[in-house]
Amino acid sequence: MAYDKFEVLTSTAYPLPTENVDTDQIIPARFLKATERKDFDINFFRDWRYNADGTPKADFPLNKEIYAGSKILVGGRNFGSGSSREHAAWSVYDFGLRCVISSAFADIFKNNCLNVGVLPVQVSAEFADTLFAAIMADPKTEIKVDLPNQTVTLVATGESESFVINTYKKDNMLNGFDDIDYLKNIENEITSFAETRPF
Amino acid sequence: MANTLFDKVWDSHVVRQVKDGPDVFFIDRHFIHEVTSPVAFLGLESRGNSVLYPERTFATADHNTPTINQHLPVADPLSANQLDALEKNAAKHGISHWGLGDLNNGIVHVVGPENGITLPGATIVCGDSHTSTHGAFGAIAFGIGTSEVEMVLSTQCIMQPKPKAMRINVNGKLGLGVTPKDVALYIISKQTTSGATGYFVEYAGDVFEDMSMEGRMTVCNLSIEMGARGGMIAPDNKTYEYLKGRAQTPKGADWDKAMKYWETLYTEEGAEFDVEFNYDAADIEPMITYGTNPGMGMGVTKSIPTAESLKGGVDTYRKSLGYMSFNEGDSMIGKEIDFVFLGSCTNGRIEDFRGFCSIVKGRQKAPNVTAWLVPGSHKVVDQIKAEGLDKIITDAGFVLREPGCSACLAMNDDKIPSGKLSVSTSNRNFEGRQGPGSRTLLASPLVAAASAVSGVVTDPRTLLV
Repeated sequence: MAYDKFEVLTSTAYPLPTENVDTDQIIPARFLKATERKDFDINFFRDWRYNADGTPKADFPLNKEIYAGSKILVGGRNFGSGSSREHAAWSVYDFGLRCVISSAFADIFKNNCLNVGVLPVQVSAEFADTLFAAIMADPKTEIKVDLPNQTVTLVATGESESFVINTYKKDNMLNGFDDIDYLKNIENEITSFAETRPF
Repeated sequence: MANTLFDKVWDSHVVRQVKDGPDVFFIDRHFIHEVTSPVAFLGLESRGNSVLYPERTFATADHNTPTINQHLPVADPLSANQLDALEKNAAKHGISHWGLGDLNNGIVHVVGPENGITLPGATIVCGDSHTSTHGAFGAIAFGIGTSEVEMVLSTQCIMQPKPKAMRINVNGKLGLGVTPKDVALYIISKQTTSGATGYFVEYAGDVFEDMSMEGRMTVCNLSIEMGARGGMIAPDNKTYEYLKGRAQTPKGADWDKAMKYWETLYTEEGAEFDVEFNYDAADIEPMITYGTNPGMGMGVTKSIPTAESLKGGVDTYRKSLGYMSFNEGDSMIGKEIDFVFLGSCTNGRIEDFRGFCSIVKGRQKAPNVTAWLVPGSHKVVDQIKAEGLDKIITDAGFVLREPGCSACLAMNDDKIPSGKLSVSTSNRNFEGRQGPGSRTLLASPLVAAASAVSGVVTDPRTLLV
């Protein structure tokens, strides 16, 4: 099993309404030098979280005590653009988040999240605004992300929206499986195919 | 039914379609480098898997490498450790490896095409978003994450839903001083950084037909900056001429057989795209970015748009200009700069150095400018020397460095200091991309050259005769 199963998650959420948050912000390049996967939470949003002297920036949502322990991040439109570095998705996971909600994701980041056990939930721009407004008004606002039923709900009001995920990826997330398990099972089919390639 | 170029290449690589899921997609060529591969090898080994087709994977060191004194041990222990891991993993699993000091070494997206590893109709992936570069040859090429690097090592496949298809047509003639980089930055400024999310782009029209292979690589390289999975251009005689005789291209009868296949790689008349855009070459001038994403670009003589003129995202926009210390309505021309970076997988090829030299020849580097001129590979270095460009560079007061990714993402020592303003030919102007607090203006090698000799942002057309 590659990561913990994901079924239904109810949690408060960190709000980060900035648009076009790129993976260089999620984890700057200078922290990509590890040769094993561990502790990527330390440098998660490093330059937005900390001042140059290493002290935390008090007004950055991830540093606010009122959101501490949340397992969901609600991000602005086009979240995760830029680099293909999976370290960004690892840092999301290592920080303790299991779900990122946004009105639009960059493709590679979204794939990387799915591969490491973070559920990317794409909602309408209107519903994203509703979520931001609710979290800003009350940091204790709980959001329920129901993967089996593919819905995301504001617990207090019951406002809800469905989201799309293909059946294959959904099954993987529900079971904690990954693509390599699937591909190794059809290796004969792959090697037969490879023989037909011209180069 | 008429097929697109993209359909032809994609469909011929589908091993199996998963019901309501991704395609099992076969990968012909896999590039790896030191940053995104070590964890993949650990995963492979921890599962007890081996590399299924080591001959289909190619390793080169580039992201971390120093650009001076490459003959000495790498000083940064973490960088040295990653480079060492790549070398050991490659050796252990029978993968060819071009490490520091190897004459084939250089940036992965420069050395792939140079050595004829990149071929039309191939599928190519790498744990690096600018893998889209290789689409210039009519390949389907895109960046992947480390989990997928492990997938390709162990199964030569990834699980990938087929993207939607977009065509971008640019017709007409490019004006004086307008380069492929400007064409790409212009398109991105129109599309924004998310305009092509979910799409694979085919570039068509006379501008791309007239463009050199290196120019096409620059354009395809930047496809990812508008959110596209990748970009591609149908192969033509220019493509075949570029490829013929390179180290790893097919030879003899294999070449003839490959050509027969390559000549089928075009979009048929009447083939439908999910969306199509048309731009006019005459509308494109030398470009420059002013903000913190590649979509925030404009003609070099224009003024920064006001927040009022935007359709939304005003807070983010103001944050971005605040980071850059620019104001709405500012002109970029005449802004004093501190650094110039010529290089990267976007603009580290011989034509980029030729372009740069066409402007600095007979002029002098401005005293306030620190310039890092970093070729994309040793072969580019050799070409620079063979053509005498190194003399032009030296005479103008510049220094030629050794190949690597360098200040594009500042994983080595080439970091733009906090607050300093850099004109860069690389691909990203994100906050801190070239070093914490650094400020980046993306531009062509010509704009970079004009600014390097003037000390301020300069329209290269004013220096071209």
